[in-house]
Amino acid sequence: MPPFPTAARAALGDAQLRRNLAHATGTIRAKRAAVIDELEDWEGLRQRAARTKDETLAHLDEHLLTLEASLTARGATVHWARDAADACRVVADVARAHGIRDVVKVKSMATQEIQLNETLAEQGISAWETDLAELIVQLGDDLPSHILVPAIHRNRTEIRDIFRDRMGAVGRAAPDGLTDDPAVLAGAARLHLREKFLSTRMAVSGANFAVADTGTLVVVESEGNGRMCLTLPEVLVSVVGIEKVVPTWSDLESFLTLLPRSSTGERMNPYTSTWSGVAPGDGPQEVHVVLLDNGRTKALADDFARQALRCIRCSACLNVCPVYERVGGHTYGSVYPGPIGAILNPLLKGVGQDPATDALPYASTLCGACGDVCPVAIDIPGILVHLRGKVVDAHRGDGLPKAEAVAMKAAAWGLGSAARLGLGERLLGAAAGLWRGSRAGTTRPVITRLPWPGSHWTRARDLPVPPRESFRAWWRRTGRDGGAS
Amino acid sequence: MRVAVMSTCIGDAMFPEAVKATVRLLRRLGVTVEVPQAQTCCGQPMVNTGYLDEAVPLVRTFVSAFEGFDHVVVPSGSCAGSVRHQHGLVAARSGDAALADAVRQTSPRVLELSEFLVDVLGVVDVGAWFPHRVTYHPTCHSLRMLRVGDRPTRLLSAVGGIDLVPLPRAEECCGFGGTFAVKNADTSVAMGADKAAHVRSTGAEVLVTSDSSCLMHVGGLLSRGHAGIRTMHLAEVLAHTPDEGADGLDAADGTTSVAR
Repeated sequence: MPPFPTAARAALGDAQLRRNLAHATGTIRAKRAAVIDELEDWEGLRQRAARTKDETLAHLDEHLLTLEASLTARGATVHWARDAADACRVVADVARAHGIRDVVKVKSMATQEIQLNETLAEQGISAWETDLAELIVQLGDDLPSHILVPAIHRNRTEIRDIFRDRMGAVGRAAPDGLTDDPAVLAGAARLHLREKFLSTRMAVSGANFAVADTGTLVVVESEGNGRMCLTLPEVLVSVVGIEKVVPTWSDLESFLTLLPRSSTGERMNPYTSTWSGVAPGDGPQEVHVVLLDNGRTKALADDFARQALRCIRCSACLNVCPVYERVGGHTYGSVYPGPIGAILNPLLKGVGQDPATDALPYASTLCGACGDVCPVAIDIPGILVHLRGKVVDAHRGDGLPKAEAVAMKAAAWGLGSAARLGLGERLLGAAAGLWRGSRAGTTRPVITRLPWPGSHWTRARDLPVPPRESFRAWWRRTGRDGGAS
Repeated sequence: MRVAVMSTCIGDAMFPEAVKATVRLLRRLGVTVEVPQAQTCCGQPMVNTGYLDEAVPLVRTFVSAFEGFDHVVVPSGSCAGSVRHQHGLVAARSGDAALADAVRQTSPRVLELSEFLVDVLGVVDVGAWFPHRVTYHPTCHSLRMLRVGDRPTRLLSAVGGIDLVPLPRAEECCGFGGTFAVKNADTSVAMGADKAAHVRSTGAEVLVTSDSSCLMHVGGLLSRGHAGIRTMHLAEVLAHTPDEGADGLDAADGTTSVAR
């Protein structure tokens, strides 16, 4: 995956993508704003949720052991996975033990993060996504581009083509004469998926929350496909990031209020499924829970950035981000795109190793809109700056310093004293004289072309010619005695 | 009351008219203004690019230039935000307890221009006259770091002769973002182009903001597109009075235009 600036350049050229994204994020943004205004004390609610998460993260080891004990007592088998390979191995082993070649999936960020579908496919096991948007992405041989709306970059004509051309190869084909009417498309998906639900013996899910004291896993969703997967198959494996734990059942109250309002702009999500181990004669009779680290303890070790683990994957930050709106999710090169992806990926993977990850903390103007909407009050702009510092520090020992590092050190030196700044301004003013030339008049002349790296600016923007006299020089000439301008 | 003006490095070198206007306006409102000559830059370019160690000497220079003042007035939401929200972090990183203490003393006294006018001086009508169609872009750091709210638009609404028109999607970032404008130039330009289109849609003659950096970015795009729309700093509009020429756009040395 190319680093963000390169990937962004390609995405910006796609006018259809820009239109799709602007329309979709604009719609969700407006819905979210309306339902949040209904609540009297949104700020109090998000601060309470943030505190709950912080306190849980501070004693994560204890809560996880409680969760393991509760789940085990209720008949589930708990596995600990250090990384993606560990977690994928558990799922594949369970499938193989039952001779299973097909599994249905509830939309899950954790399983995408560990690339479960791809790993299972290598071992001859097919994983079928059942969330409508994930189905579109999977059939289209595409990647998700949004946490909540994975196919946000597709419009309904594109979706019709994908269904018409691809469904038949992997199950029930789309009906003849398929139109791009949303109800017709949903009908085709329903028939295709029903066949999968009724014929598949194993399901894989994630969890939005894991309640430690009761040993309860929680999935919230909008389509009912999740409930089908969680109740119909004989075997269920849930892959759960260790940061998903909440201590008690009553902690769910604030999160189940914050999440749907922040993500879909609904007061309540249509389906909330909870399950605890095995219930004899009802639902899956074998339940496995994989508790996944995959970099989370690395993030936990960062005292300031740890708060990123509060994230409940609502995607509100994506929907308000002006950068995301223009470049889309694929540009971030990860299942976690947008502002949260720009901090979560470097935290989970570590910085200083690959240029694509190191570019992510810079994929923001620091406008602050993401931090304002975050339902668990993660200081995303603050963490972006913190991680930029880590990226720079990781490269301080490099043999050949980057041009940027040289420029920054030079700028810091030049700005380090008033005398040096004043000298710099006089040089700038003299150089500007070359551009200013003989053009006099009431309007300020502009520079239309600069050499690299200034060309990054002047390719599309003019730059005002620096004035003859800096403010500093003017003040010395007239200002200090109170003279007029 | 001892009041200092922070000229900011970009104001000093590129937009002196905005800083001069700040001084002129404050004097007209009866404030005796000092401009400490030891000041340079708040260090935000370094901090926001990740060069935190490099920012330490700049924070040191800042506190020594401005300590002892009751208020430091800044014609920039971005620089004021940087001082109030980042100087503490930089000082903590330096491990210098005396510096951290000096930052704690100084940074809360640093106010963006509209905060100083409305909260400290208690004025909304500053006696300005500016008979033009104007739209206002409320800069991200003013809005979301400093929470200045509607202070700038209240000040502008009270200007004589002004026709203040709302900017669509005003609260969305213009795409400048410091070094983002160069590191992610394509995305920055895409965001700025949309902002410029919203500005054009208002039919305004003048785009006003409280940050020279946003002016430079959106102004640069408007200029390249021959939009015929001036960009001016809030201070320049508020400083303008009838006896400085009926037009207000005559003294245009500090504005960006389409001449080339």
